[in-house]
Amino acid sequence: MINPQLNQDGELCHLLSIEGLPPRILTQILDTAASFMEVSQRDVKKVPLLRGKSVFNLFFENSTRTRTTFEIAAKRLSADVINLDINKSSTAKGETLLDTIDNLCAMHANLFVVRHAASGAPYLIAEHLSRIGRNDVHVVNAGDGRHAHPTQGLLDMYTIRHYKKDFTRLRVAIVGDILHSRVARSDIHALTSLGVPEVRAIGPETLLPKHLDKLGVHVFHDMNEGLKDCDVIIMLRLQNERMNGALLPSAGEYFRHFGLTPQKLALAKADAIVMHPGPMNRGVEIHSAVADGPQAVILPQVTFGIAVRMAVMSIVAGN
Amino acid sequence: MNLEIKNGRVIDPQHHTDRVASLFISGGRIAAQGLAPAGFVADRVIDVSGAVVCPGLIDLGARLNSIEAELAAAVAGGVTSVVVPPDADPPLDEPELADRLVHRGAEIGKARVLPLGALTLGLKGERLAELAGLKKAGCVAFSQATQPVVDTEALLRAMEYAASFGFAVWLQPQDYWLSRNGIAHEGEVANRLGLAGIPVAAETIAIATILQLARDTGCRVHLTRLSAAAGVALVAEAKAEGLPVTCDVSVHHLLLTENDIGFFNPHARFAPPLRSQRDRQALSDAAANGLAAICSDHTPLGADDKLLPFGEAKPGATGLETLLPLTLKWAAAANLDLPQALARITTAPAAILGLPLAGLAPGAVADICIFDPAAEWQVNADNLRSRGKNSPWLGHMLTGKIRATLVDGRVVFAERDS
Repeated sequence: MINPQLNQDGELCHLLSIEGLPPRILTQILDTAASFMEVSQRDVKKVPLLRGKSVFNLFFENSTRTRTTFEIAAKRLSADVINLDINKSSTAKGETLLDTIDNLCAMHANLFVVRHAASGAPYLIAEHLSRIGRNDVHVVNAGDGRHAHPTQGLLDMYTIRHYKKDFTRLRVAIVGDILHSRVARSDIHALTSLGVPEVRAIGPETLLPKHLDKLGVHVFHDMNEGLKDCDVIIMLRLQNERMNGALLPSAGEYFRHFGLTPQKLALAKADAIVMHPGPMNRGVEIHSAVADGPQAVILPQVTFGIAVRMAVMSIVAGN
Repeated sequence: MNLEIKNGRVIDPQHHTDRVASLFISGGRIAAQGLAPAGFVADRVIDVSGAVVCPGLIDLGARLNSIEAELAAAVAGGVTSVVVPPDADPPLDEPELADRLVHRGAEIGKARVLPLGALTLGLKGERLAELAGLKKAGCVAFSQATQPVVDTEALLRAMEYAASFGFAVWLQPQDYWLSRNGIAHEGEVANRLGLAGIPVAAETIAIATILQLARDTGCRVHLTRLSAAAGVALVAEAKAEGLPVTCDVSVHHLLLTENDIGFFNPHARFAPPLRSQRDRQALSDAAANGLAAICSDHTPLGADDKLLPFGEAKPGATGLETLLPLTLKWAAAANLDLPQALARITTAPAAILGLPLAGLAPGAVADICIFDPAAEWQVNADNLRSRGKNSPWLGHMLTGKIRATLVDGRVVFAERDS
């Protein structure tokens, strides 16, 4: 099976998933992102790497935050950015996903940033581009269903590397709704690829996928056990629709058992960092005292996210 | 018309014969094997040296969305009888619809059309369809296709009613609640790809319910398209207990697993889903030891139905034209000889149907498949006669090519000279 995100030379031509990417590419992206951090400090926050290129933000699912960070990243690379809210336009008229892509290719798109509710949608687009011979058009997955959110995974790795330097001595816990989380899947693949020796998943059985052990993850149902001696804690957002139903009885009971409070955080290492992909539900998965506390690195994550997305876009469009 | 098919390797799985011989056909039936009957004068002699001559294949599940093209595909695949599930549009729930389908099939004059009547009106699992009327119109048994009967009392009543007429009920065991949101086997691959899972329990719970009702009602049950090792084990136990139960598997499930989804390949989306390697092995063992018959589960779809993200793509594959070569491929991997392999797609389905359609003894209906067991061909959109070009085997080389197909002693398909 050919990995559709690598070209014949083994270089990244699309970013679809972290799974299957060699550690050298992950490191290349993180290093490139580090070099872009300085751009954001300048008066003129621009480099000309994507000058004359058109980046289309194709958001088939709403997300103001992710779309904005991609837009800022593309603009800092001097690209022309076009935002399309597909929910409200073409597909409502019955146009298929691939029809939309064909039309945008005819408008000389160079890079698609794709967010879609169906797992695998960016793969379908990448395969289609290859089938119609448009190897000059690139795809970056901005979140597909429950499958992957690779730029979030990479910015999480950037954050961990920034604060902890060495991946090979860390104990990392991911807490919450892992079953429905593309962020968790991308983080797990990135952490194991980069050599983190112990990745833990903490949550009730209803929010954990089966066979997590096959991904090299240790499963815990008790926060007090799972957080013990961790260096990094990644909290996940609990979607509203999961709170009261067959998966969980209530947000209150969830918070009592799986919410991150200062007391529970004290079980981790004293210098542990707390991450969250946002947007946060204060009082549901995380206590405000933790979210606003000294160990939280949630806002730096957002800043790093722009540099990481600049790195990804400049690398795929350059290959 | 008298026909002699000579020099073929005649394999009759029903009578365990396998020898090079001539087959003499007269009046649509087998007149003799080996020596010509007294006074037989052939109007036509077909020399099939190097080819296998066997009973026509019987496919226990084939959808005929565009009936002419699909029946042409059937005979091009050596299939002489197709069992058609009732999930057409509209569902086959009225005698008149069944009558029309049977007549249309006869008019086209290719493969035999054996419809399954809908067990319930609109396949909704609520009100009974007119089973006796459907039977009279030509339905061979009753089914819900892929639709479950959610209401267990409705299922109990349907099986009681069918049992009082001696009708068989064909059910695809899939618990509605555990399968309604799923798109792939709940296993490693679905977890990695972020696809909602269908647990094995969706199949075993449904089988356990159906078997308990079969025990209580005495209804003859055929379970279609098993997908899991645990499902096979339940059927084996029920058979050992003496329940009147049979089952089948799709040939795709004998050869493919969840791993074939690869990077979201929509052609690997099936209902029930492709499961683990362990499940595939158990299905293969069940087919090898005769517990399960093999079918194509032919589901021709339009190109747009698969050009979608995995979870939005429709499940199923076109299959009539690949049933034989895929069965041969499976048999080779399972160390079965040719007569054993052919039994799974001829005598086994005939026994499930209770129809005398799979023999080559004198007097038998001359439904015959003639194929070259060594010829290779590539599956591609251009050489499939089915309207559906949806197949996980596109681009693959398969071994076993149909030379000719006969129904009622008439040549309904002959390979073009090339």
